[in-house]
Amino acid sequence: MRVMVFMKANADSEQGVMPTEEELTSMMAYNEELVKAGVMLDGDGLQPSSKGARVRFSGGKPSVVDGPFTETKELVAGYWLWQVKSFDEALEWAKRCPGGDDFELELRPLFEPADFGEAYTPEIQAQEERLRAQSAGRQP
Amino acid sequence: MATSDIHRTIDTVWRMESARVIAGLGRMVHDIGLAEDLAQDALVAALEQWPESGVPDKPGAWLMAIAKRRAIDHLRRQQRLERKQELLGHDLQTRTEPDLEDAFDDDIGDDLLRLIFTACHPVLSTEARVALTLRTLGGLKTDEIARAFLVPESTIAQRIVRAKRTLTKNDVRFELPVGDDRIERLSSVLEVIYLVFNEGYSATAGDDWLRPALCEDALRLGRILAELMPNEAEVHALVALMEIQASRTRARTSASGEPILLLDQDRTRWDRLLINRGLAALDRAQALGQPAGPYLLQAAIAACHARARTAEETDWARIAALYTALSQVTPSPVVELNRAVAVGMAYGPAPALELVDALGSEPALKNYHLLPSVRGDLLVKLQRHDEARAEFEHAASLTRNSRERDLLLARAASCAKHTSSA
Repeated sequence: MRVMVFMKANADSEQGVMPTEEELTSMMAYNEELVKAGVMLDGDGLQPSSKGARVRFSGGKPSVVDGPFTETKELVAGYWLWQVKSFDEALEWAKRCPGGDDFELELRPLFEPADFGEAYTPEIQAQEERLRAQSAGRQP
Repeated sequence: MATSDIHRTIDTVWRMESARVIAGLGRMVHDIGLAEDLAQDALVAALEQWPESGVPDKPGAWLMAIAKRRAIDHLRRQQRLERKQELLGHDLQTRTEPDLEDAFDDDIGDDLLRLIFTACHPVLSTEARVALTLRTLGGLKTDEIARAFLVPESTIAQRIVRAKRTLTKNDVRFELPVGDDRIERLSSVLEVIYLVFNEGYSATAGDDWLRPALCEDALRLGRILAELMPNEAEVHALVALMEIQASRTRARTSASGEPILLLDQDRTRWDRLLINRGLAALDRAQALGQPAGPYLLQAAIAACHARARTAEETDWARIAALYTALSQVTPSPVVELNRAVAVGMAYGPAPALELVDALGSEPALKNYHLLPSVRGDLLVKLQRHDEARAEFEHAASLTRNSRERDLLLARAASCAKHTSSA
């Protein structure tokens, strides 16, 4: 399964304070562990909300609201996309995250084909077997 | 924390750490079976102690430490035993102890590689390699492997026991292969990973979704291997192939469960992230500048499809060239048939038909319904509807799948219509 992990913002990240060398090193080591374990699919850091904007729809009409936004703790400062065996595994990895004394991660599983279960009937299996070896233009 | 929560945490931590623990132990005791037994002891210790003491801050390190202690105990017992038999002298005691202490402090990467190469040793049957790999490296339990492969749990358990025995009997050392052996051993590893992937890819259905999960297990093993062997083009190529194939998962079946062929798939449903990862892995493979192996060529073919925004944009000339190269690296009538299809798409039905006709006497394809099916397709394009009808009917008689038979008979009937109206 895939889990999206949000690094929540704090006062420092919102003020654009760059991490110290030590913090960067430990975060890089952590990311390397994630890659080596085949867990990390993607990830990046986000600029402060002062650099961002919101597009709000009202009565079907969009309007742009420029950052910064005040509710710091609800903002996102970075994200990872992880491939894990279970949500518990994602929690275990999250617990190992370096990042200082006070910070918060939010973990959200993505929808999987299994979540749309009815569309997939058992007989597909047999169908797929035969399709495996099929020709170049016909590979499923 | 409730006991059930603790057990779930132990379960999860075990899945995450067991390969490293087994690999580290393997280096110490040089025996994969013994290493796994000792690792299991550490798991039992966690199950006994964590509900009382709570989960340690660094659960992985805790498991490692316990496992290491068990291994040292075991080796000391063995040494005492051997010393009693006066087979070993004082020398061994002083020489071995520091090695044991250091064993876990060194880079675990090489240990994991040793574990992969041992679990995928060619002395084992393919089935045994798959079971042992999923168990020791994938962290899957015996019952999970059994469910994934739709066989009884006892079968898998026996397979693993026998595999360990075979390794011991053949004196397979817990070592990295060197020299000429290395290429054969690596191809055995890649074969196991791709086999696990295909086992999952061939089945998008299943009661508990464990079979599709095999794709993820295989991908993960591949990604781990690519980190461990960054200079092997075929490893990156296998990852590329799997990433790109997996990118099509959502587009491969219709809402009603019908399989959708590649050229008919809604490409907006392809997973761009996996495609990009796959193309990046292929770039890494090609940048190594090694002679193109079978996985590199297959990944390059998959990449041609992945890069085409529409089916019409597909670079069939390149695909045909890649199949030509593939048929030289791994000659097979099925590859040759695929090449014929690509040639047909790139250069028209006439040259493709020549290739297909050359396969007519191939015994391996005698009962392969796709041969007459492809031939029929080409004949239709050449307006030879009478012959095409016969091919589709022949193909229909060879397939065991009723939906496909219906489709082939419908194509035969449409050929008949052409003939009568002509």
